[in-house]
Amino acid sequence: MDLDYAMLGHLTQIFGPSGSEERVADFISALLSPYCDELKTDILGNLIVMRHGTGKKIMVATHMDEIGLMITHIDKQGFLRFTPLGGVRIPYLVGQRVQLSKGRIGTIGVEKLDKIGDYKLDKLYLDIGVASRKEAEQFVCIGETAVFVGNFIESGSRIISKALDDRIGCFVAMEALKRTKSTHELAFVFTVQEEIGTRGAQTAAYALEPDLAIAVDVTLTGDTPKAHPMSVELGSGVGIKVLDHSMITSPQIKRWMAAVATDLNIPFQWEVLEYGGTDSGAIHLSRGGVPSGVLSIPTRYVHSPAEMLDKRDVEAAVDLLVALLERPTEL
Amino acid sequence: MLLKCLSELNGTSGAESLVRNFLRQQIEPFVETITIDKIGNLIATKNRRLSGPKVMITAHMDEVALMVTDITSDGYLKFRPVGGIDARILVSKPVRINESLVGVIGAKAIHLQKRRERQKALPIDQLYIDIGAKSKEEASSKVKLGDYAYFMTKFEPFGEGLYKGKAFDDRVGCAILAELLQRDYDFPLVAAFTVQEEVGLRGAKVAAYHLAPDFAIVIEGTVAADVSDRDEEGWVTELGKGPACSLMDKTTLYSPKLIKWVTDLAQQQGIPLQFRRGTSGGNDAGPIHVSKAGIPTIVLSVPCRYIHSLASIISEKDYAACLNLVDELLKDLPRMLGVSSIDKEENV
Repeated sequence: MDLDYAMLGHLTQIFGPSGSEERVADFISALLSPYCDELKTDILGNLIVMRHGTGKKIMVATHMDEIGLMITHIDKQGFLRFTPLGGVRIPYLVGQRVQLSKGRIGTIGVEKLDKIGDYKLDKLYLDIGVASRKEAEQFVCIGETAVFVGNFIESGSRIISKALDDRIGCFVAMEALKRTKSTHELAFVFTVQEEIGTRGAQTAAYALEPDLAIAVDVTLTGDTPKAHPMSVELGSGVGIKVLDHSMITSPQIKRWMAAVATDLNIPFQWEVLEYGGTDSGAIHLSRGGVPSGVLSIPTRYVHSPAEMLDKRDVEAAVDLLVALLERPTEL
Repeated sequence: MLLKCLSELNGTSGAESLVRNFLRQQIEPFVETITIDKIGNLIATKNRRLSGPKVMITAHMDEVALMVTDITSDGYLKFRPVGGIDARILVSKPVRINESLVGVIGAKAIHLQKRRERQKALPIDQLYIDIGAKSKEEASSKVKLGDYAYFMTKFEPFGEGLYKGKAFDDRVGCAILAELLQRDYDFPLVAAFTVQEEVGLRGAKVAAYHLAPDFAIVIEGTVAADVSDRDEEGWVTELGKGPACSLMDKTTLYSPKLIKWVTDLAQQQGIPLQFRRGTSGGNDAGPIHVSKAGIPTIVLSVPCRYIHSLASIISEKDYAACLNLVDELLKDLPRMLGVSSIDKEENV
């Protein structure tokens, strides 16, 4: 399959922490406008891309936001204090590069610690190479957000980058929209604020009232040294979600997804995720309930600046999503 | 004084009726309709027949308190907190139960505590309320399980332009909202005095759903920690620096565009404004902003030192500035929402 990985490279590097997803939405809008009938942004900032049809209304949800930081304080010397946006791994923060919304890059440092146990968020600061509060205020104000720096690299069949969670989902959805010949009413929703509580998906699902929803997001793996046991590995196909903390997939949806994959020889693996959740968690509880499933891209080092996944799994995900959207759905 | 009366009324989550009745009386002359919804929110409307954006302003009526959960065989009351209360502040405080009965929160005297016990704060399950009863029978004749116990703090002016009192979270919001209702605006306005904020933002969830506003403003009391033992970066908010505009908390990530609107307007009008720099806690904006298809929501808070305790401190200036800022925001709101000229024709 010929996927536009250069486009994925751009997509991962766009600044888009929770609450500040506009630049990602602009990029996606520009690329998808030739392939859709309607593009709109709702109150929370979700980008809703409609491809009209006559069958069921199917919502595809992928989130645009990435984890990051919010700046909460600037001291006299121009050092910044911050709070996490989403599931940031505090123990790994020292020495990381962070980019502010206006582009300035800094390093995370730590105060002197009397003992290693004193290491906590409030001992950390962001150093953006300035000497005073006044100078710092040229680059940032309190309340602005920031992201981790992590270049996009193709390494064999693997991809390494920041924000693959969940730009890879956006990418899969975009590639599927370009290819699909579905006659259903399709609503591709690029959601906001997933990392802090699936909030965009909640309001989008309410407004759209879909008959069926499919989210595409990353999942964890169990294929690294002494990993927590989990039967998902890189390169073995797209994950079909069975369960996470936000949802348990209904048997009909699981069976339908697996049957389509088997039929078309698309590699897949069952995904049981013991932590976390995704947009389907909010969507499946909307109004009177929405039949929902999730396609997952196995990803190592999730929520780090060097998340890693395998192109073969991405290709399987695009294939399966395209196929699912084209089938008549009797669910 | 409105704030004094509101502060001294007792009304915790699920038992807001004294506050609700008082507010109802206060706002009645200034509004078109008053209703109480099924969960207990007090809802008042103005300009129902004007077209234009429907704006909801909320403040929660409930305060943190204690609920009696058991009566011991020797007549003491066991209790649980309603909302977030620091157990360390409770010992030896007087409380009022059922408006007339006074009790004291008791614990083992320091003489009787073992060294290890002294080094740690007593957990709530080792505390009790002593109402002077000699037996379970006597206590049961005065108190029943589920009754509430409240702090008894009198409202007082204090220091230079400060107020001391209980329940400023969020009677300060209720007072500001009640004052705003005396003014006139050119669009449909709904005031929701909500219930059960302290136990999970429940009243606001119901109100936002059935009122379905186009825009929401939440007025709150929030943490101020500008006290001696904390470094500046841990202050969250400071007294006397104006209302605090929230950026992020556990329930909401506020829209940068709306924050800019608030900041710019405050600057234009010369109203002091600070950011709420802490990101813990949550408030009614959480359920409101994700209600239905989403509702643009901002929060402005009056900083309170010693919040959720028996005596908080606020600044008179912050109260006035918060009232003033919300008023200016309301005047500017139709312009900001892009409604250039509001159609004043009645569209019944």
